[in-house]
Amino acid sequence: MTLLLLLLAGTLAAPAAGHAPEEVDVNHLVFGHIGDTYGWHIVSLGGTDVTLPLPVIVKGAGGWRVFSSSRLAEGPYEGFYVAHGGPYDGKVVERDGTGAEVRPLDLSVTKNVLGLFINSGVLLALLLGCARWYRRHPADKAAPGGLVGMVEAVVTTVHDDVIKSCVGPDYRRYAPYLLTAFFFVLVNNLMGLVPVFPGGANLTGNIAVTMVLALFTFAFTNLFGTKEYWKEIFWPEVPIWMKCPVPMMPVIEFFGLFTKPFALMIRLFANIMAGHAAILSLLAIIFITVKVGPVINGSMTVVAVLFGVFMNGLEVLVAFIQAYVFTMMSAVFIGMSRVGHTEG
Amino acid sequence: MGLLTPDPGLLFWMLVTFGAVFFLLAKFGFPVILRSVEERKAYIEESLRSAQEAAGRLAGVQAEADRLLAEARAEQARILAQAAATRDRIIKEAQQKAYAESDRLLAELKKQLATEKESALRDIRRQVALLSVEVAEKVLRSKLADGQEQAALIDRLLDEVSESSHQASM
Repeated sequence: MTLLLLLLAGTLAAPAAGHAPEEVDVNHLVFGHIGDTYGWHIVSLGGTDVTLPLPVIVKGAGGWRVFSSSRLAEGPYEGFYVAHGGPYDGKVVERDGTGAEVRPLDLSVTKNVLGLFINSGVLLALLLGCARWYRRHPADKAAPGGLVGMVEAVVTTVHDDVIKSCVGPDYRRYAPYLLTAFFFVLVNNLMGLVPVFPGGANLTGNIAVTMVLALFTFAFTNLFGTKEYWKEIFWPEVPIWMKCPVPMMPVIEFFGLFTKPFALMIRLFANIMAGHAAILSLLAIIFITVKVGPVINGSMTVVAVLFGVFMNGLEVLVAFIQAYVFTMMSAVFIGMSRVGHTEG
Repeated sequence: MGLLTPDPGLLFWMLVTFGAVFFLLAKFGFPVILRSVEERKAYIEESLRSAQEAAGRLAGVQAEADRLLAEARAEQARILAQAAATRDRIIKEAQQKAYAESDRLLAELKKQLATEKESALRDIRRQVALLSVEVAEKVLRSKLADGQEQAALIDRLLDEVSESSHQASM
């Protein structure tokens, strides 16, 4: 508490004292890291930014355009430029006939998209590598050790404890999806915690990513729902007045269809995004307190680093827990849609 | 673009990438791993069961071997006892036979001896008779060379005969 007061006092006093060389925009710093960019800023070496340029793919008024993101840094390119402020802040926009900013169809390979590719590559290499090991070693000749053994332990834990027990008798059909979701979320969570390239892309803390995952779960839940499942939604076992003249329960149940995956989407997104924001904010303390003076800055640096380490440790835990929770909730939802279905 | 609005570009790429990852892993990744794990589990269970069976069989074999050994020992003892009995019986029989034979031989010998003694005695008697007749002849030849003597002898003989008949009448 005292530290916080000191910090507040420092930040308020510093601009007034007037010896702040450069204002630190924490908001920009934090959300810049959490959000998406067109190039991948790797490191700044003494004034020069080392940025990996990425392809910008847009379909504007003049059709499809593909160009390097480094062109955007130099200014508008063929009418496209990065908006500052406004509803499309940070995104590529162009001006239409009336001069208003409009957003083209933007399929650019941004930092997050590249991160997605890299993480998917890591995931595929890991699991297909393991599968290769199993193909080369007959089951009755050798048991895996090392990395393959670790992956096997995780796979069997998720498969036996989560999928088998939550989905029910015909878990075999859903095991590949649920395991893919688990490892996808886990790998992306962990890669997001790696602060340097090629990690650091905040993917599972991005709502588009979690939305796709939730959509997959939604599809798997509802496309193979049993008769009993649909009956429970549209004609649940409740007193007749709750469903007959005014279909109260059916409406609630019907909304439940969408709130369940929505909760999945928000839970994962919020947890990971908040974790990233917390770590970045803690580390931002160091740069904020630079203005206050060496003593407070030094002590705050120690505190910030300690908290940062703690938060990172916590986030590693959260990375696993959220992957586990996502898989478990998906399995439970799928299990609910398989009620009354007994044979494997 | 706020944090809560999904970006269509990322949404598109995520859909494509996750779909591809899901397809690859669901086809070539997890089924292989899960099948191997299950196969191994089944193999381990099978091995445990067969090991238990083998242990049970081994215990059975051990018991069987012990039983056979005990049986063999008993058989051995029985055969030995039988052999000893047979031996004793044979020896006894042989002894008895030997005694009987010796008795028989002894008896025969005695009988033969008695016969031979008798015939020897008979022989001796005959020889003595012949000898005495010869001696008497020789004596008579020498003594009865002259007539006087013959007459004397006849007289003496007649005396003797009469004497003996006299004596016999008395």
